[in-house]
Amino acid sequence: MYNFEFEKPASIADAVAALGDEDAQALGGGQTLIPTLKQRLASPSKLVSLTGISEMQGICMDDDGRVCIGGASTHAAVAEGASAYPALAALAGGIGDPAVRARGTIGGSLANNDPAACYPAAVLASGATIFTNAREIAADDYFQGMFTTALDEGEIVTEIKFPVPEAANYQKFEQPASRFAMVGVFVAKFADGVRVAVTGASEDGVFRWAEAEAALSANFSADALADMAPAADGMIADLHGTSEYRAHLVGVMTRRAVAAAS
Amino acid sequence: MPKDHGIGASPKRREDVRFLSGTGNYTDDINANGQAYVHFLRSDVAHARIKSINTDAAAAMPGVVRIFTGADFEGVGGIPCGWCVTDRHGEPMQEPAHPVLAQGKVRYVGDQIAAVVADTAEQARDAAEAIEVDLEELPAVVDMKAALAEGATKVHDDLSSNLCYDWGFVEENKDAVEQAMQDAAHVTTLELRNNRLVANPMEPRVAIGDFNRATGDSTLYTTSQNPHVIRLLMGAFVLGIPEHKLRVVAPDVGGGFGTKIFHYAEEAFCTFAAKAINRAVKWTSSRSEAFISDAHGRDHVTKIELALDADNNFTAVRTDTHANMGAYLSTFAPSVPTWLHGTLMAGNYKTPLIYVNVKAVFTNTVPVDAYRGAGRPEATYQLERVIDKAARELGVDPIALRRQNFITEFPYATPVAVEYDTGDYHGTMDALEKMVDLSGFEARRRESEARGKLRGFGVNCYIEACGIAPSNLVGQLGARAGLYESATVRVNATGGLVVMTGSHSHGQGHETSFPQVIAEMIGIDESMVEIEHGDTDKAPMGMGTYGSRSIAVGGSAMVRATEKIIAKAKKIAAHLMEAADADIELKDGTFSVAGTDKSVAWGDVTLAAYVPHNYPLEDIEPGLEETAFYDPANFTYPSGAYACEVEVDPDTGKVSIERFAAADDFGNIINPMIVDGQVHGGIGQGIGQALLENAVYDENGQLLSASYMDYAMPRADDVPFYAVDHSSQTPCTHNPLGVKGCGEAGAIGSPPAVVNAVVDALQSGGHDVTHIDMPVSPSRVWSAMQS
Ligand SMILES: Cc1cc2nc3c(=O)[nH]c(=O)nc-3n(C[C@H](O)[C@H](O)[C@H](O)COP(=O)(O)OP(=O)(O)OC[C@H]3O[C@@H](n4cnc5c(N)ncnc54)[C@H](O)[C@@H]3O)c2cc1C
Repeated sequence: MYNFEFEKPASIADAVAALGDEDAQALGGGQTLIPTLKQRLASPSKLVSLTGISEMQGICMDDDGRVCIGGASTHAAVAEGASAYPALAALAGGIGDPAVRARGTIGGSLANNDPAACYPAAVLASGATIFTNAREIAADDYFQGMFTTALDEGEIVTEIKFPVPEAANYQKFEQPASRFAMVGVFVAKFADGVRVAVTGASEDGVFRWAEAEAALSANFSADALADMAPAADGMIADLHGTSEYRAHLVGVMTRRAVAAAS
Repeated sequence: MPKDHGIGASPKRREDVRFLSGTGNYTDDINANGQAYVHFLRSDVAHARIKSINTDAAAAMPGVVRIFTGADFEGVGGIPCGWCVTDRHGEPMQEPAHPVLAQGKVRYVGDQIAAVVADTAEQARDAAEAIEVDLEELPAVVDMKAALAEGATKVHDDLSSNLCYDWGFVEENKDAVEQAMQDAAHVTTLELRNNRLVANPMEPRVAIGDFNRATGDSTLYTTSQNPHVIRLLMGAFVLGIPEHKLRVVAPDVGGGFGTKIFHYAEEAFCTFAAKAINRAVKWTSSRSEAFISDAHGRDHVTKIELALDADNNFTAVRTDTHANMGAYLSTFAPSVPTWLHGTLMAGNYKTPLIYVNVKAVFTNTVPVDAYRGAGRPEATYQLERVIDKAARELGVDPIALRRQNFITEFPYATPVAVEYDTGDYHGTMDALEKMVDLSGFEARRRESEARGKLRGFGVNCYIEACGIAPSNLVGQLGARAGLYESATVRVNATGGLVVMTGSHSHGQGHETSFPQVIAEMIGIDESMVEIEHGDTDKAPMGMGTYGSRSIAVGGSAMVRATEKIIAKAKKIAAHLMEAADADIELKDGTFSVAGTDKSVAWGDVTLAAYVPHNYPLEDIEPGLEETAFYDPANFTYPSGAYACEVEVDPDTGKVSIERFAAADDFGNIINPMIVDGQVHGGIGQGIGQALLENAVYDENGQLLSASYMDYAMPRADDVPFYAVDHSSQTPCTHNPLGVKGCGEAGAIGSPPAVVNAVVDALQSGGHDVTHIDMPVSPSRVWSAMQS
């Protein structure tokens, strides 16, 4: 680790100001950033911790019936507190291990947008809205490929609002070593249609599987997807599996999610 | 009633109090006064010529004490290899120089280019980043067969090729085996890979070199399984320090699994540098560094053929293996694919003809050496996989085929140069069958199928040679060391004992089990016995712990020393009771005169030894301390039968282990609880190898699985509850305790059972899959099912 300054502001405004310094970087739960620093792969001049900001904590329901989660809420807090959206709570409870869940935050996960992370699938499938210190961003506009998002430099994810579907489920097939998602599929059934988001599989990061959405919107049952799988082209191939295998798993996990949700 | 004391009892492990309460004393807990820290600049390319190293900017950085490069080690010895293998043509193996810091070339990702010593570890790391190294990259040699091709890039320019040796065993049988293959009614052939593993002990390696200017003494604290071996190798071959000026201490060590046997460059560096700068130098490996600097294990590519006659008797085995040595020869590397592997190819079977060919190959990868089981898992895996395949091809029951070919008469001289002293392979198979409920298997399979899963059953046997090893024999085979063990038993005036053993415990529980033996021999409580190990200034020259040798060889040395103690104590007791030596009996810690009611307590005798007022000074010396060196007459041959039941999810290819049973014959057992624990841990590692672990290099020699993000270790939920049974016991015939050793069995015996079970599951689902290489990952299972 290289040396850095450390600040722990109590308000979003102070955090935005602190992040104005050159090479300052936000620190959520540190579950991604701290290992990166330890390996000397990043050298921020200053870390601005977001965990002391009470406006970014907590889970509640808004008037539109959306589950609203503060950007600095830990995975453990969501697993415990998002009971109004059980599929989301279950997803949070399946991230990493207890130590990771006690520290890692939803804002950190979404800012990082790891192609194998779980939350992006929930956010995209739910059609959630990401609120920052500056604006609100629809999920469909937010994710822009592996480790890439619509966030600007120094922009903070302050809150995420999730519409609650009629039925939903997340199925995660774990990569054997990291236990991140090798393939994770979040299926959300709304009155006006079904959304299916896939994480872990694609070289472009989280994506919506349009073909499955169309089939499921017409007939919300696993049978509607019989033998269906996305094209292997563009799927990740690494020492844990071929792109054909990942494409196949997307089909399997989607069918399982539908079966579990319906 | 189970015993609560002595041999056969299961007292809780006394060392666990400190291990589990965070009060152990590991090498990293040690800090020498005013110590400096070293950071090694390691190569990030697999193969390159070093054109220049500029340390000027780095040397000017804050806190830097001194920067060392290969040039500082010219004239200093290289890291020695402890075993010379002679090839098929009677020539010695090719043995490259192994400098402490790279000279001229770097040969693997992780090779040490330079070492920065600074006031703090951070400063050393900062300065290492400022070193400018000009490297001319060379093609990386990664694949073993490509490495042997005509015109392949050479890892070592001064060797004639990348072939370390081409070993044939038993060379005289080569033609007869070929003839048997031609005459066979059936030959089953299997090609497989024994996957490369990273040992991953919980505690990474650490070394602290210290130098005392006043006395000229050097001390090395290190995470070693065998401090005396390090003292000898480093003192005599690298740095030229005689034993009496060099102390090596290996305090609490957090797991070794083989990878802490070897003498590493970092140890020599710290010892050398401490003297050079007149200040202690400490190195603590990071986990990332461990992946690219701890010796790896396994990495064999093998073709095995099994010949059978018309009655399904095994008539011959032939195996052809390429064994990866990595870039340099680690301490015992050459012995692993040869004498620890070829000699085990008979397994539990009376196959009359065997020929083993091994080509050991240099590549631009981390050196490979012994890892839990070392050679014996590789032998067991291929043999037990090919037998399973043969049973399937012939349509016979895999257990029946094994039983039919079991060795049943002992001693048994195998065609691969070893003599099994004792064993009962039907006995362990019977014990296994009792545990596994084979008759209920079909019902379990149907129940799995009802849930859309495929269920498979796999079985295998194993034999291992451990209790390593008779010195004269291994000397003939190329070992450059003896493999005896030592013990000094010191009895104190008030009756307590301290045993200084050359064995080293890094998790095995010696501090608990060794006292049980003495308690049994003398008839005193275990709490009166303390075990000291891991310090060359305390214990006599010993060879350390690996090859399941501690109780069989180290325990035997302790028994011999204790026998001398008892003999002398009886003389003292005879004097105190005015009786003849021959009439003295020792029972429950009391000496008595046979046929009388005269007795003296253990403590009276020990006190007399040190306060010799009433003492036969004309016959014997005062004091009560004895040393013994024990050199085993043969290896010991633990054996067993293992079974695994798996469920395969055909949609994802994921394998889950539903049941695992292990029936072992370890001869006599000192502490059944510790033995269970050793078997559990070994099976855990075997399952890790079978399902999860894999060290993978890309074609450029980059280690792709260089962290836990990609290197899959087994976790609690990957393994089932194990059923273990040690009731089938045929005591070793040639050591005083009748023990065989149990440390490696689990890791040797478990991988084939898992793979056999997976193949069985897939076959039951109608998939014509005859083999899947380890690790049997979901992706590999699924891919195999598609073809
Ligand atoms: C062992 C282990 C297992 C894991 N397993 C999983 C898993 O199964 N599934 C999964 O999804 N994830 C997993 N993770 C990742 C984990 O969920 C992380 O917590 C998460 O990815 C990052 O969140 P964080 O709060 O720790 O962010 P940090 O590490 O603090 O920061 C990550 C990045 O986000 C930025 N950032 C942080 N907070 C904000 C914010 N509010 N607004 C804007 N930018 C911000 C930081 O500047 C940094 O660039 C695992 C991590 C570990 C260590």
